[in-house]
Amino acid sequence: MTSGADTGAAAPFVRLAAVSKRFGAAPPALDSIDGVIEGGRITGLVGPDGAGKTTLIRLITGLMLPDEGTVEVLGYGTRKDPASIQAAIGYMPQRFGLYEDLSVQENLDLYADLRGLPLAERGRTFAELLEFTDLARFTTRLAGKLSGGMKQKLGLACALLRKPRLLLLDEPGVGVDPISRRDLWKMVENLTAEGIGVLWSTAYLDEAEACDHVLLLNQGRLLFAGSPPEMTGRVKDRVFRLSGTTGRRRERLARLLDKDGVVDGVIQGEAIRLVMKQGLTPPLLEGSSGSATATPPRFEDAFVDMLGGGPGGRSRLAETQRQFAADGGRPVIEARGLTKRFGDFTAADNITFDIPRGEIFGLLGPNGAGKSTTFKMLCGLLKPTAGEGRVAGFDLRRDAAEARNRLGYMAQKFSLYGDLSVLQNLNFFAGVYGLSGARKRERIGLMTEIFDFGTIHDMSAKDLPLGLKQRLALACAVLHEPEVLFLDEPTSGVDPITRREFWTHINGLVEKGVTVLVTTHFMDEAEYCDRISLIYRGRSIALGSPDEMKARVAGMDLPDPTMEDAFIALVQGSEAKEAA
Amino acid sequence: MSADPKKRKSERSGRARRFAALVRKESSQVVRDPSSILIAFVLPLILLFLFGYGVSLDTTQTRIGLVVEEATPLTRDLAASFQASRYFAVANGRDRREFEDDLILGRVRGIVVIPARFAADHAAGRHPAVQVIVDGSDPNTANFVQNYAQGTVANWERQRTLEGQGQPPAIAAQQRFWFNPELTSRNFLVPGSIAIVMTLVGTLLTSLVVAREWERGTMEAMMATPVSAAELLAGKLLPYFILGLSSMTLCVLLAIFLFGVPFRGSVVALYALSATFLMPALGQGLLISAATKNQFLASQLALISAFLPAFLLSGFLFEINSMPTIIQWFTYIVPARYLIPSLQTVFLAGDIWPMFGRAIAVMFLIGCVFFALAARSTRKRIG
Amino acid sequence: MWWGRLKALIVKELLAVLRDPKGRTILIGPPIIQLLVFSYAATLEVKNVDLMLLNRDNGHWSQELVQQIGGSPTFRSIRLANSPAEIQFAIDNQHVLAAVEIGPTFSRDIEAGKPAEVQMILDGRRSNASQIVSGYLSRIVGTLAAETPAGERAASQAIRVEARNWFNPNLIFQWFMVPNLVASIALLIGLIVTALSVARERELGTFDQLIVSPLRTHEILIGKLIPPMMIGLFHITIYILAAVFIFGVPLRGSLFLLYGSAIFYLAAVVGLGLFISALSMTQQQAILGAFLFMVPAMLLSGFATPIENMPSWLQPVTLINPLRYFLVIVKGVFLKDIPVAEVVHQTLPLCLIAVVTLSSAAWLFRRRLE
Repeated sequence: MTSGADTGAAAPFVRLAAVSKRFGAAPPALDSIDGVIEGGRITGLVGPDGAGKTTLIRLITGLMLPDEGTVEVLGYGTRKDPASIQAAIGYMPQRFGLYEDLSVQENLDLYADLRGLPLAERGRTFAELLEFTDLARFTTRLAGKLSGGMKQKLGLACALLRKPRLLLLDEPGVGVDPISRRDLWKMVENLTAEGIGVLWSTAYLDEAEACDHVLLLNQGRLLFAGSPPEMTGRVKDRVFRLSGTTGRRRERLARLLDKDGVVDGVIQGEAIRLVMKQGLTPPLLEGSSGSATATPPRFEDAFVDMLGGGPGGRSRLAETQRQFAADGGRPVIEARGLTKRFGDFTAADNITFDIPRGEIFGLLGPNGAGKSTTFKMLCGLLKPTAGEGRVAGFDLRRDAAEARNRLGYMAQKFSLYGDLSVLQNLNFFAGVYGLSGARKRERIGLMTEIFDFGTIHDMSAKDLPLGLKQRLALACAVLHEPEVLFLDEPTSGVDPITRREFWTHINGLVEKGVTVLVTTHFMDEAEYCDRISLIYRGRSIALGSPDEMKARVAGMDLPDPTMEDAFIALVQGSEAKEAA
Repeated sequence: MSADPKKRKSERSGRARRFAALVRKESSQVVRDPSSILIAFVLPLILLFLFGYGVSLDTTQTRIGLVVEEATPLTRDLAASFQASRYFAVANGRDRREFEDDLILGRVRGIVVIPARFAADHAAGRHPAVQVIVDGSDPNTANFVQNYAQGTVANWERQRTLEGQGQPPAIAAQQRFWFNPELTSRNFLVPGSIAIVMTLVGTLLTSLVVAREWERGTMEAMMATPVSAAELLAGKLLPYFILGLSSMTLCVLLAIFLFGVPFRGSVVALYALSATFLMPALGQGLLISAATKNQFLASQLALISAFLPAFLLSGFLFEINSMPTIIQWFTYIVPARYLIPSLQTVFLAGDIWPMFGRAIAVMFLIGCVFFALAARSTRKRIG
Repeated sequence: MWWGRLKALIVKELLAVLRDPKGRTILIGPPIIQLLVFSYAATLEVKNVDLMLLNRDNGHWSQELVQQIGGSPTFRSIRLANSPAEIQFAIDNQHVLAAVEIGPTFSRDIEAGKPAEVQMILDGRRSNASQIVSGYLSRIVGTLAAETPAGERAASQAIRVEARNWFNPNLIFQWFMVPNLVASIALLIGLIVTALSVARERELGTFDQLIVSPLRTHEILIGKLIPPMMIGLFHITIYILAAVFIFGVPLRGSLFLLYGSAIFYLAAVVGLGLFISALSMTQQQAILGAFLFMVPAMLLSGFATPIENMPSWLQPVTLINPLRYFLVIVKGVFLKDIPVAEVVHQTLPLCLIAVVTLSSAAWLFRRRLE
């Protein structure tokens, strides 16, 4: 045997020693990372977008070399023997690495040939994998025509064709519905039972919690390496749930966050979730009732604590915002039987809801379920095939300009002008929304102050770090003091601190009577909403407050369901009803 | 370990299988991707039609104004020979001022004036003259109008000599245009455009498809398998090599059967030249895509670095000898510069192997350089 | 109010092109390359010709002819052949473009007052150059003929063809090429900048931002129309300056007319660009689309070869090509000082093309939103 491969059973599969990687003059993408990945368990590579996850995985595959330090995989050095590594690993890159214009079977054949799977074993392996991934019915379909979940399973099948010793999955959970995600997780768990080592990278902190071992990255640095309970142990006995509160919980949260001893707090349905400093209990606020109960800590609580706690509860943005008076109870956003068909495919089917003033309404569902289609019909980007949508009493497709002046829009991915500087972007949006003269200067000055743009006015927007991009997007969306905000996946992939800051502003604005429609596939974020509509396969299968949804599925075996549990149960319920 | 013959054999068959798989994959992608078909078959047709029909350097039926200031039998006879010329479409007038506006507006390309004294001068041997006023704003056409006018007058004089009127010319210059006696510009433009088509398929299409793999992340997935970089490249090249030869074949068939371009050489020479030309073309495509990894940049680079030189700096339309010396040096690294004269020769002249041999050798050399560069930048590494 | 919105849009559009390194490259690279390559390299003139001579006569007149040919600046090198086979080989392999063969009785015939013969063999594979060279050679032979005794006798009756070149007396090729380039650079830049601007916004997702803003569709279109036109006018100006001050092309007509019609020309070009970008989803498709339009537009415009040389069924196709009209105007204004009526006559179709392309682009944009 070659020298490197002779490793003992206990030796780790991957050994990272002081690994650093830089791209250009930017701060290092990876800064002196040490760590191990072991066989027979799932190691979570956790961190927000831009933390360095993909770079680290590429270093492990040997497709990229570190500037400093060494990476050793299955006993081989990536510098010396990448070919041996590549023969022994399975790798699923971010977009699954599939050829979209080849069919499922053709993709499998291709990777079987490339990985040198002997012909004799093919029949059995294909059958096994197709059954395992439940793709047997779709072998002739083009990979491009598969749903996100199916693509992900096919990507996994291609990576597993010749049983690898180490499986590297780069964000397999992105854009996939929770049910598929759960299926995939189960498949991967079965693999670990056979001794395979799995690296699962993710930006979702709830996924991190389920891993056996976690490497937590933030801005290129390793913040934590260990088991999830070790991580949550940090904030043991410090997490509380304030429930049964009366009055406006967002306003309460804002006040609580400014109290001493409060490390972090978020809205969780009807309740407020607080992380306290060691030994302190949640402070009581005058004039409000309710009880605080200790609750098991989550990974995210510990992460925020590790980063030094969340931002305060005060939103300068909301303070300067004018108050929108409550008017006659007419809903601000109305969807009446909204339907959109593309050819014979119904992307959104008869979707109806009302959103009163000062409410956060969420459209929750996996990618491709129809929530973006619904969202786009409401803000005037798509024309409904049937039904109508009104915003502040206007049909946006007919009463264009004036009605649009009242809404602010923040798109899914960063969609400002990357080549324009921060100030030029602000100027542009101010101009487009008809601000001029003193008012324009005043609003831009205010945004600059609130979001701290002063020193970066002349930087190109595309060169900003993710968190600042997100702030700039929000600033541009609210420059003209809209009464309705449309937010499309506003915080996917950003770090928890930025996310909290963002929601503090939104919460504050809502208190001033701004109405918010938000789409998300992020289960935690759904709980920040007053009400949500659960969109699945183009239809709204449930509508109500997050607590109502959870209560609906709570039962003997699930006394305290999470939002994801609720989602899965509701989807399965709706499928069962359809089948009946 | 590597000496183990059984293992070596299995390695070899594994390599063959991987290669076959890559070729199969690439081929089914070509068939299913409309943009490949567009670039490999539709674009060539458009180009071929443009050069077959649209671009014509044949100045037949150029519009001129013919002014006969004084009608005599002699001037009428000379005028008749202008009217009968297949090079001119003649508008008749009695005064040159009638055509001056037309010349300014480009409605006629020149004015031929047979002056009032012409017959008298001719009879008296006082150096008769015909004036030709041409539109100098298009020098090429102006040159042709002058030449044809001169030719028409010379013909007329020769004709009169045969009829026994006037003197034979002291020196008769006999012109023979080999290979293309009718001087049909289509006969050399169409073969030349086939080289442009192969540049498009070889460089533009190849750079796009490889860049697409980088963009979509499939390149990364492939690289993390036991495939070697050489296999990856070869698997890409073979299908596009065949595609390039197929669109060349399509164009050649159209050239012969639709445009009636004679084909005097051999099929062997045609394919030997084309196949060798595809080496630098494909190599350049690979190099571009490996360097950019982005379809947008790749398409721009391919157009600027391959299409334009093949078009402008290859002798296709413009004489290389007339270019400034620096640009002439640059043309030596444009592969189309070697292919275009050879293709024109295969079509019009026949197999002239000394010429083909040199072209093949140089194109092969350029191809090797491109491949070496491409292989260097497509190591199995990202970033 | 609408002006404020439009101004914001125009400023943004210009900044987006100027701040993007890729955009800057497009604004600077192609114009320079085009100017250099076309004005110096892309010439239909014939210079530096290689010629072969087979002289089988050793008399005075053949020497005279050889000398006169050798004195012509057109020919770079003259090789002497010893046999017709050598000529054949040299022409076959394109070592020379043309060959002149002087028969053994050449001088004797001339002295005897008999018609002497010279054979010219030219490579028909390069028929354009061959024709021009044959013209040169014929003129040299004609000059020599006039000096022979027989020629001198006949000279009084031989017809001279007096050529006069209007507008460009010395037939300088750059006087023709550089004004053409003024038109083609505006096409190139206008088309690419416009085609990319919408496709880029679509790719980056900023187009949705524009649509949900209070901007109306026609405002977006105008905002997309004006910046490329400004950029196009800038390039036209640079090229006009280069034409006058670097290449010494005479500017005989009115600049006012030139710029007046340039605005309509640019509107037509940008309209086409918008149309292309409304059809394409990505920047790459936009580039290929622009290219797919540009090659036929250049070839079927009268730029390289006159439109009247094209087959009659193809000529109507050129009517939709804006370059065709503007070429006439640019060349006319530079060299011929064409009358106002003619400029108007050529500008009207440009207006029509602009109206059609802009309204169909607007229609396509609306339809895309459905």
